[in-house]
Amino acid sequence: MDLNILWYLVPSVIMFCAGVYGFVTRKNMIAMLISLELMLNSADLNFVVFNRFLFPGQMEGMVFSLFAIAIAAAETAIAIAIIINIYRAIGSTDIVETNKMKH
Amino acid sequence: MGTTLPILILALPFFMFLLLGIGGVKMSKKVAGILGILGMGTTMTLAYIVAFTYFFSGDPAFILDGVRQQLSVFDVTWLAFTEKLVVKIGFLLDPISAMMLVVITTISFMVHLYSWGYMEGERGFQRYYAYLSLFSFSMLGLVVATNIFQMYIFWELVGVSSFLLIGFFYRLPSAVSASKKAFIVTRFADLGFLLGILTLTYFTDTFNFIDMTSNPMKVLAETGGATFMGASVLTWAMVLIFTGGMGKSAMLPLHIWLPDAMEGPTPVSALIHAATMVVAGVYLVARMFPVYCVVEASMTFITVVGAITAFYAAVVACTQIDIKRVLAFSTISQIAFMMVSLGVARDGMPIHGEHYTGLGYMAGMFHLFTHAMFKALLFLGAGALIHAVHSNDYTKMGGLRKYMPITHWTFLIGCLAIAGIPPFSGFFSKDEMLAAMFNNNWIWGAWMTMVAGLTAFYMFRLYYLIFWWEENPEYEHHKPHDAPWQMSVPLIFLAAVSCVAGFIPFGELVTWNGVSYHIHLEAPVACTSIIVALLAIALATKMYIKKNPLPEKFRNAVPGLWTAAHHRFYWDEIYLFITHKIIFGLICKPIAWFDRHVIDATMDGFAKVSQKVSFAIRGMQSGNVQAYVLWYFFGAVALALITWICLL
Repeated sequence: MDLNILWYLVPSVIMFCAGVYGFVTRKNMIAMLISLELMLNSADLNFVVFNRFLFPGQMEGMVFSLFAIAIAAAETAIAIAIIINIYRAIGSTDIVETNKMKH
Repeated sequence: MGTTLPILILALPFFMFLLLGIGGVKMSKKVAGILGILGMGTTMTLAYIVAFTYFFSGDPAFILDGVRQQLSVFDVTWLAFTEKLVVKIGFLLDPISAMMLVVITTISFMVHLYSWGYMEGERGFQRYYAYLSLFSFSMLGLVVATNIFQMYIFWELVGVSSFLLIGFFYRLPSAVSASKKAFIVTRFADLGFLLGILTLTYFTDTFNFIDMTSNPMKVLAETGGATFMGASVLTWAMVLIFTGGMGKSAMLPLHIWLPDAMEGPTPVSALIHAATMVVAGVYLVARMFPVYCVVEASMTFITVVGAITAFYAAVVACTQIDIKRVLAFSTISQIAFMMVSLGVARDGMPIHGEHYTGLGYMAGMFHLFTHAMFKALLFLGAGALIHAVHSNDYTKMGGLRKYMPITHWTFLIGCLAIAGIPPFSGFFSKDEMLAAMFNNNWIWGAWMTMVAGLTAFYMFRLYYLIFWWEENPEYEHHKPHDAPWQMSVPLIFLAAVSCVAGFIPFGELVTWNGVSYHIHLEAPVACTSIIVALLAIALATKMYIKKNPLPEKFRNAVPGLWTAAHHRFYWDEIYLFITHKIIFGLICKPIAWFDRHVIDATMDGFAKVSQKVSFAIRGMQSGNVQAYVLWYFFGAVALALITWICLL
């Protein structure tokens, strides 16, 4: 079986849409964070795939996805910290509760 | 003379202003008061040393071949705009500035001392002393100015300190409006002064007084034949400069601020609005005297304005109820006296036989000196009365001579001095002024003799109404008594000065050209003025020594005149009419309408539109992150679609 580019991109798109759907519908901030990770991972997958199929023998896409993973890890740490602080302040991780911040 | 003393004379009051103004809040009232008094006392001592060295040392730098010299002790460049336009700050020593140093520091010291008693317990006591120091600094800087621009700078500074001190009781609306009025009126006059300075110095290319006054014919030549609206440019310049003096010295029609300025604390009235600042106009004319002399028209203008003002103020003073207002109008009248005296003086050597044409100058300066002393005395006496009775109205006084002997005797000496009764100081200076006026033209002499009679009348009217007339029954509950020593000492000192100042050989010290002049009384003039003064005093005695219906009868004989004079001949009403009805009503209101309905309305329109739009879309800012993400997502999709369609 010949693995063409679509075999990689379609799962990536499914992952991204699942991420968007989860991000928009979930009320728990941790669940939203997981959805966010899904979207990021699909983007990383795209980097690797395009690098593999369009510029074989070069490494930029791989390196970028490594960067993106590292940055995503840092971001997650920050997000978790923020969520913990919000939990301490309002006793909940429900995203709807945080609309107080608009005032 | 070194430059240390002159610099200290200016620097010390300024330093005291900074010290008391910045550090005053941290000090107790007593410390601030003592510091202020000590600072002014030191300044007075230094000024005395400088003045006495100038007058009596005989140093050839000061008096050369019997002619007193003008010299700039120092003159440093302060602002150099261009090669020619250079503003300097310096210290000019000549007879009149040395004399003014003595007058200002003496009165200022007396007022500092007096205020310690008078202002005791007032809010902002330290601030008051800081302002007094600022005023003393500005006034000293004004009189020693070496150039007309320096004088203008300090001229504004005295205006500002006068404003601050009139409005010292800033919680009283009347004090606030009085200070505003004083500032605006004098500022308006100073506009004329500035125009005059610019016009004059445009032609002369110098601000320096000595350059201009030592050779007035050169000034005349430099302005050449330039004319404007039928008068030579030099005439315009000199009259405009005099306008500044009219504002500061409260000449008609710019006198309206001075009576209201009495809202300030009484010692301030004594210092600023009787003895020093209000004579700045006279001093200005004296400073520019040689240049005024070459412009006959400006001298006539000064004389006429002075003569009208003197009479007007004297008439109004006869009908005022507030004792400080009487003194204020009396001040206006006396300053106008000095103006007339300067106006009839001429430079040059005797022209009418033995008559000395510069006599008016010497007499005006002499009167400035004696008037400062006795008018400060009268004001401080009035302050002691107000302190005791807690009212400015003579109707609340009467019969006070038994309760306040020190105030009574010193006030009487002040009244005798201003009325021109020998041997008190006012007699000698007034006699010289009248002699100078008769020399020039008998009309001025006769007119001003009449004013002198009125002066004697209204002063003794005031004196009798305060100290004789009828005792106020309220004394039973609240017995008035003499003021504390801080207030009595200045009264006694100034009364002593008023007794002896007439015997100072003033002509030997201050004349227009520095050549000494031996004062000799002219018997006919002296006799006439004494007789007129005595008659006026006799009339006042008859009318006011004890309660009787005579004043009422006089008033009812000429009701219209009395009411008009009581309302100061409606000058304030005229000004109100012009400003409110004409300027505000016809000019300012349409402009304000345009501003509000055209310019502001356009801006309001912009604001309203953006406000409406914001209200309409503000619901979108829900604070719900997921809603934002959805919006973002659809936006991204829409952009992608648009891009796709465009690329197709």
